[in-house]
Amino acid sequence: MENHFETGIANLRQKLLVMASHTEKSVNDAIQSLTQRDHSLALRVKADDDVIDRCEVEIDELAIQLLTKAPLATNLRLVTVAMKISQDLERIGDEASKIAKRARDLSQEPPVKIHLDLPRMAGRALEMLKAALDAFVHHDAPAARAVILRDKEVDALNKDIHAALVEHMVGNPEAISRCLHWMVAAKSLERIADHATNIAEDVVYLCEAQDIRHTGFKSQGGAA
Amino acid sequence: MAEILTPKLTPPEASTATASIGAPLIEIEDVSLYYGASKALKNISLKLDEKVVTAFIGPSGCGKSTLLRCLNRMNDLIDNVRIDGAIKIGGHNIYDGNVDVIELRKRVGMVFQKSNPFPKSVYENVAYGLRLHGVKAKSDLDARIEECLRASALWDEVKDRLHSSALGLSGGQQQRLCIARAIAIKPEVILMDEPASALDPIATARIEDLILDLKKEFTIVIVTHNMQQAARISDQTAFFYIGELVEFGATGKIFTNPSQKRTEDYVSGRFG
Repeated sequence: MENHFETGIANLRQKLLVMASHTEKSVNDAIQSLTQRDHSLALRVKADDDVIDRCEVEIDELAIQLLTKAPLATNLRLVTVAMKISQDLERIGDEASKIAKRARDLSQEPPVKIHLDLPRMAGRALEMLKAALDAFVHHDAPAARAVILRDKEVDALNKDIHAALVEHMVGNPEAISRCLHWMVAAKSLERIADHATNIAEDVVYLCEAQDIRHTGFKSQGGAA
Repeated sequence: MAEILTPKLTPPEASTATASIGAPLIEIEDVSLYYGASKALKNISLKLDEKVVTAFIGPSGCGKSTLLRCLNRMNDLIDNVRIDGAIKIGGHNIYDGNVDVIELRKRVGMVFQKSNPFPKSVYENVAYGLRLHGVKAKSDLDARIEECLRASALWDEVKDRLHSSALGLSGGQQQRLCIARAIAIKPEVILMDEPASALDPIATARIEDLILDLKKEFTIVIVTHNMQQAARISDQTAFFYIGELVEFGATGKIFTNPSQKRTEDYVSGRFG
């Protein structure tokens, strides 16, 4: 006999994984379009964002239907967490679109002559996103906690890039608009890492029913 | 009293009266029911689709069980009851004077709140209705009984004790046996009056999964006081209040965005 409620829960997980896969690809493509000045790839990221938006709506609809059926314990946490993770993924998709938009504009202008550690920052943000999603798939709270601790590193890289761009703009006023594009792109990467952190916090809640948001876990290096 | 009140072969008229897929199988048209002078159902009109699960919900005394029992004329057994309007199943009014009530109850089976297996073996509980319908050969009986017990998700639990008393089964197993007994004679409709209200959560979950499996073959109407159960198993939900049909629609809508304030108040637990 089929367990119909569990089938619904499995369907929700599956939809979330599909959305995660689209989101991860968008972030990847956005970074590539920025670092490789790929105009057509940047345009594709925007189109892919519609798919991610539709995923969010579908997940919310299914989650609401499942909530009417009174899920309990792990299932209850999964349904509520799914709605939050889908929102974070949708916002990650938006950040990818923002990066792609800046990549599109930058590809039409001469390169800025400045060394930025943006590929490293992008790599870190993407690794955090992948690790948070893996932690969700494998129901792995320790891995999720490890993701949260990495957010500081991305914040620091963003700060360095910001400072370098400000310094460059002071000496090269003709590059201000291009530097601002890079600044916005870096800020979007920093936001992607924040959303990955949110997902990781949700995974800890899913696995352990423990809410570690706003507890100082991150600021105290995981000691809270 | 058996869950399914058996008998006789389908008359030619009824055997050809099947609704097409997607069409309503049951049409309740302006039905009112009186217990003496008291009007318990007030001009109910409702169309129930084939091979879907419809839940009747509402506070005690709202008329949901009364309407359920109208669908196989169980209220005929109560003195001083009068019914106006028409209830058509497969396009034929089951309250027409020439309807064979026993035949009707073969087409429209029923499962009650309290499981009530016969004080016989598991095997004989299912065989009883089949024999009444002329299935005599042991090989035929064996095959059909296994099929019904499998369909009611009971086979694996009873296959080694088919000839033991059905009264030795757990409450949930007894209820599934009653469902097996009901489906043995292949009804079109199964009425269920709070079939899981006396069961623990595990047994309830099994009955709910069973109902969802059975709707592939049967049209099911269920009365339940459990909102979440209605949400889990039904496709359509009808909300009744003091004999009136307040709202009827897709279950997802009834439980997330009902049109009527009384429905909203009831499903939110503000009254009832």
